Amino acid sequence: MALTRDQMAMRVARELQDGYYVNLGIGIPTLVANHVPPGIEVMLQSENGLLGMGPFPTVEQIDADMINAGKQTVTALPGAAIFSSADSFAMIRGGHVDLTVLGAFEVDVVGNIASWMIPGKLVKGMGGAMDLVAGAENIIVMMMHASKDGESKLLERCTLPLTGSGCIRRVLTDLGLFEIVNGSFVLRERAPGVPIAEIRAKTAGRLVAADDAPEMLL
Amino acid sequence: MAGLDKRVAGYTEALAGLSDGMTVASGGFGLCGIPENLIAEIRRRGTSDLTVISNNCGVDGFGLGLLLENRQIRKVIASYVGENAEFERQLLAGEIEVELTPQGTLAEKLRAGGAGIPAFFTATGYGTPVGDGKQVREFNGRPCILEHSLTADFAIVKGWKADWYGNVVYRHTARNFNPAVATAGRITVVEVEEIVPPGALDPDQVHTPGIYVDRLIQGRFEKRIENRTVHKA
Repeated sequence: MALTRDQMAMRVARELQDGYYVNLGIGIPTLVANHVPPGIEVMLQSENGLLGMGPFPTVEQIDADMINAGKQTVTALPGAAIFSSADSFAMIRGGHVDLTVLGAFEVDVVGNIASWMIPGKLVKGMGGAMDLVAGAENIIVMMMHASKDGESKLLERCTLPLTGSGCIRRVLTDLGLFEIVNGSFVLRERAPGVPIAEIRAKTAGRLVAADDAPEMLL
Repeated sequence: MAGLDKRVAGYTEALAGLSDGMTVASGGFGLCGIPENLIAEIRRRGTSDLTVISNNCGVDGFGLGLLLENRQIRKVIASYVGENAEFERQLLAGEIEVELTPQGTLAEKLRAGGAGIPAFFTATGYGTPVGDGKQVREFNGRPCILEHSLTADFAIVKGWKADWYGNVVYRHTARNFNPAVATAGRITVVEVEEIVPPGALDPDQVHTPGIYVDRLIQGRFEKRIENRTVHKA
């Protein structure tokens, strides 16, 4: 079975380490915050200027001046810090964020990522994504393996305008965890019960998949 | 206005001198921390052909979206179009010029512009459409692109409190782009929720020192929320 969004978040959350500062992108990546393993402490960075982001507020706590990068109302945890956008991106571009998790439209075998526009159809803008992929050492792209139309999002070369070039090393989809090595997607773990043949069929970019690629532990 | 007292009598005076074709930099992230009354005043004045520098361009019917729908904006320099349908429509139809700029690059362009640094190199955007046509240099083995800084004829800023010398304190994540924008204006206009006498703010807690501020006004704010998300207890 392909992973659910929450199972994807659980798998990414296992990459969290005690003491990490983490930036979670808009969409599926935000779910990672719900699965921080017990016994470790991480701090979430929101690029609009908040370190120590907490859960959504109760109705009584709602404050228009306290939002996250998705413009959702949030809270700040005890020990949080608030700063300007320029300071926030100094953290990001300076390489101070330990792990960045973000979504994408496409990723390819040389580590390119496209996530901000579909020419003629949709322009969202890159927001902070270009800064995040250029500034972070440790990035996980978290996305569905195929588009809603069934097209593979793991490509030989991205077709859409890029967000960053050659900067992605790890991709977690609903079908598996992949590492980009020497121009290939290398299957490290497959979603429980998903046959390798299915992963092959749904991966357009060059794939290296051992027959005994282990199932993911969730 | 007298001496170092930056207070002005009303919104008309706050934006006196703003004219067609000028560049306006605005603080705010989404609808959080936007100078909503100053934007409304630009709408009322009908100033047109504006270049607007702002991370977002408001939403349909509020914030900078008011100026978009009134066709007062010629060009937008922003990082995110997002959920603003009219902005996306004008962009895809080619009715408005848009320079999409990575968010960190945008913040740094304003910060550097306000600090008198004309340009800087960054790895952000290299190898993407953002880097097209820009000078590339390698630093420590990484290719970087040259980005030019930004300044504006007017900077419009939303603060929480200020003393009448224009020392400003922001509240929570309504700070966002406001401090950088405040430094980048030839004329910087700040609207706040409360103006206090000098001495009422702790100098250690001032976010924007008054030297950057030319005009100050107290306003009333709707503070519209874009995505009201609630934790169910």
